[in-house]
Amino acid sequence: MRAPLGTTGLILNEPLLWERGRPGRRGASLPAADVPPSPMDPELCGDGPDFPDLSEVDLVRHFTRLSTWNYGVDTGFYPLGSCTMKYNPKTHERQAALKGFAAAHPLLPAPLCQGALQLIWELERDLAAITGMDAVSLQPAAGAHGELTGMLVIHAHHQHQGHQRSKIIIPDTAHGTNPASAALCGYRPVAVASGPEGVLEPSAIAAVMDEETAGIMVTNPNTLGLFETHIREIAAIVHDKGGLVYADGANLNAVMGIVDMGAIGVDVIHLNLHKTFATPHGGGGPGSGPICVRRRLEPYLPVPRVAKAGERFHLEADRPLSIGRMGAFHGHFGVMVKAYSYIRSMGADGLRRASELAVLNANYVKERLKKDFHLAYDRPCMHECVFSDADQAPFKVTTLDMAKRLMDYGFHPPTIYFPLVVHGAIMIEPTETESKADLDCFVAAMQAIAEEARTEPETVHSAPHRTKVRRLDEVLAARKPCLIG
Amino acid sequence: MRYLPHTPEEIQEMLGVVGVESLDQLFLSIPPSCRRQSDLNLPEALSEWALDERMDRLAARTAVAPEVKVFLGAGSYDHFIPAAVDALAGRSEFLTAYTPYQPEISQGTLQAIYEYQTLACHLMGTEVATASHYDGATALAEALLMAIRKTDRRRVAVSRLIHPHYRQVVATYLHPAGYEIVELPYRSDGTTDLSAVAGEGDLAAVALQSPNFFGCIEDLAAGAATAHGVGAMLVAGFTEALAYGLLKSPASQGAEIVAGEGQSLGLARSFGGPGLGMLGTRQVHMRSLPGRLVGKTVDQEGRQGFVLTLATREQHIRRERATSNICTNNSHCALRAVMYMAALGKTGFRELAVLNHDKAAYLKQALAAAGHRIPFSRATFNEFVVDFGASFEPVYRRLQEAGIVAGLPLARYYPELEGGYLLCATETASRQDLDRLVKEVSR
Repeated sequence: MRAPLGTTGLILNEPLLWERGRPGRRGASLPAADVPPSPMDPELCGDGPDFPDLSEVDLVRHFTRLSTWNYGVDTGFYPLGSCTMKYNPKTHERQAALKGFAAAHPLLPAPLCQGALQLIWELERDLAAITGMDAVSLQPAAGAHGELTGMLVIHAHHQHQGHQRSKIIIPDTAHGTNPASAALCGYRPVAVASGPEGVLEPSAIAAVMDEETAGIMVTNPNTLGLFETHIREIAAIVHDKGGLVYADGANLNAVMGIVDMGAIGVDVIHLNLHKTFATPHGGGGPGSGPICVRRRLEPYLPVPRVAKAGERFHLEADRPLSIGRMGAFHGHFGVMVKAYSYIRSMGADGLRRASELAVLNANYVKERLKKDFHLAYDRPCMHECVFSDADQAPFKVTTLDMAKRLMDYGFHPPTIYFPLVVHGAIMIEPTETESKADLDCFVAAMQAIAEEARTEPETVHSAPHRTKVRRLDEVLAARKPCLIG
Repeated sequence: MRYLPHTPEEIQEMLGVVGVESLDQLFLSIPPSCRRQSDLNLPEALSEWALDERMDRLAARTAVAPEVKVFLGAGSYDHFIPAAVDALAGRSEFLTAYTPYQPEISQGTLQAIYEYQTLACHLMGTEVATASHYDGATALAEALLMAIRKTDRRRVAVSRLIHPHYRQVVATYLHPAGYEIVELPYRSDGTTDLSAVAGEGDLAAVALQSPNFFGCIEDLAAGAATAHGVGAMLVAGFTEALAYGLLKSPASQGAEIVAGEGQSLGLARSFGGPGLGMLGTRQVHMRSLPGRLVGKTVDQEGRQGFVLTLATREQHIRRERATSNICTNNSHCALRAVMYMAALGKTGFRELAVLNHDKAAYLKQALAAAGHRIPFSRATFNEFVVDFGASFEPVYRRLQEAGIVAGLPLARYYPELEGGYLLCATETASRQDLDRLVKEVSR
């Protein structure tokens, strides 16, 4: 029997940055001035920003202490559903920090940045191979930015067809970003409920699809962790009316090397390099959200595009049908270096194996926990499974309570209250990088909490007990916002 | 594979619990017609050491200092980054954490972003700042959409001296909803000609960038007066955040919304990304801001703590009526920025800004003394335009081969500026580098 994971320990308090400073300290070294001073017109000058003055030691102590108040994938199990918090390999950081990548200026003449252009060109082709699509743009900076780019491509396609459309079908299992991205293109979302099996029914799509509808945004596998079994039929219905199929690829981690997105009727799919391709999430980004499209949509992709002539790479900006530019330069190149490193380290077999083990881990957790927690859809799942607090409701213990209690046991909570179609949802995505022993430890913690819910619900209600701070007053934060110090 | 911990015995045991016989059987819910028929066509997997070799080779095919002297700015700037910033930002508790939706175990990220928001406000002169956007270009586009929502008007005036790529991003964002963009021309001194604004009715915003794409410092106060005269908001952009170590902050001159790029604040250029989109405004417009915000609160025992707040503006709550679709932002870049700003401090940041101005001024004067025309008379920060003449291109290419990138040719963005080059000099350029550049372009 292993010692329990969660425990108490010495945590140091740390004041706000400016409570540490003393005017006149300096935490960075400046090069000597080797040119004469040149006065600036005093009319234009201000006093300079009022930053605190700290020594390097102040700086290091401050942020080191702050870091210890955080929980990362390197700390432990992070079963956030739909977020794919897998291990982020250390070699990725080495590669992205290489001077030839990190110090490269984005506007270097093409002959001087062949290495960077080649990496983009090859990564585009790797992602096309993995998804089964034809062309890729790495410009989008994150998943929602990829969605927006994809929606703009669909918008441009309909414009070019000579008839703009006004609506887009979005199932009730969609990510919140889907309707917001579609709205930026002027499309009105048409909600469709999933069927009793937790997947979309072709008849429900046929009932709303018409020639004023631009297409459908579908997440596959969906946010219930289920493969949309009727996807080909649904795609045919949408295509018959001239619409396009947009796939949210946030859940690609379940099907690498197993499903060919092009073959199942997807026209545009975005990927999250910071999920499936093991680049770190950074406490909220930067991510990278490339989009992959079928051949006929390639002309609409953002400019510039990396092209190859003979053995040389260059940038092409003159593409009249393009939606335009999505970011200042080439996208999050530093993140691309890491995803490229991941794909080259894993290879075809490794990626397929990653998906297989991600699905194995999710099904294992589902089987182990279904006696203690209500399972919304009791059928084989893909990379994630969705429980609810229905079994704990009689003891007045909620999903939120149990999520907070998990922290005391040393785990990051799962995604909670999403998808919206499951009341009190607990959405668990273990990913492939967790061992059976770690999953067993998590299962034991969940079972212990289920037991506590029955026998000592107050302990669960008032959790967490062992964290640096306890439950925070979010109502106060929103009612009397204090956003700067 | 070293990232996959499962042994064959464990896989068998787990399959047993699930009740299937093979890994393949886990995928039975996927109809055969949806399954791939062949293996993925990808290059062979590499060992850690083989990967190092491959990446070293690729990285070596990009020109960087000290082998190559790159006098390029134009939205991406070469500044020294203290080792402490790399070491602290590299701590995996920061790097491998998710968005801080669970505040009890995310206080490190949350307090750091609160501190970033505070220092970003000091820099921009605003009363609130968001937790980050993707880059300066998307921050500007979001700022204009915000002005459109606030004023309920459908047209914006955008200076031709805003970074051309930023203007392209704005056009991409505003096009599908049918918002109209009016372009403001520039005057002979290298600043925006505001006279056209008066004749434009119904503008939601006037957008200026300062220092602008020519490196010239705009008169933001005049811009604000002009914008307000037609009932529009002034949106002030920037690509070089360090300039505000020296210059009056944009909000102090009347800009309602400030949107710019924070790459200079401790971020590697990294071929253009990730950068840091900075966006701030006044307290009264707080609830119209796009993107995430961190706020201070207390826990149930009365201790200070931080949470993501005002989420009712955001996509996961308000869905299609959200102020933006942004979800994942560039939080780790904001973390680097606050570390960098704190490392320099008020004193160091000012000194560094002065040094940047002095280096570029030295280069500008030396080029003028060598007989090159400086077409725009307006004051500049760390970049400026020089007219090398229409026949300079072969020299530019020769220098490129000799390891000097002599600025950015402007004719591709401004056809009327044939022979115009945008040059940048920061603290990383030594006087010797600058003298060599002057000598080489003057031969």
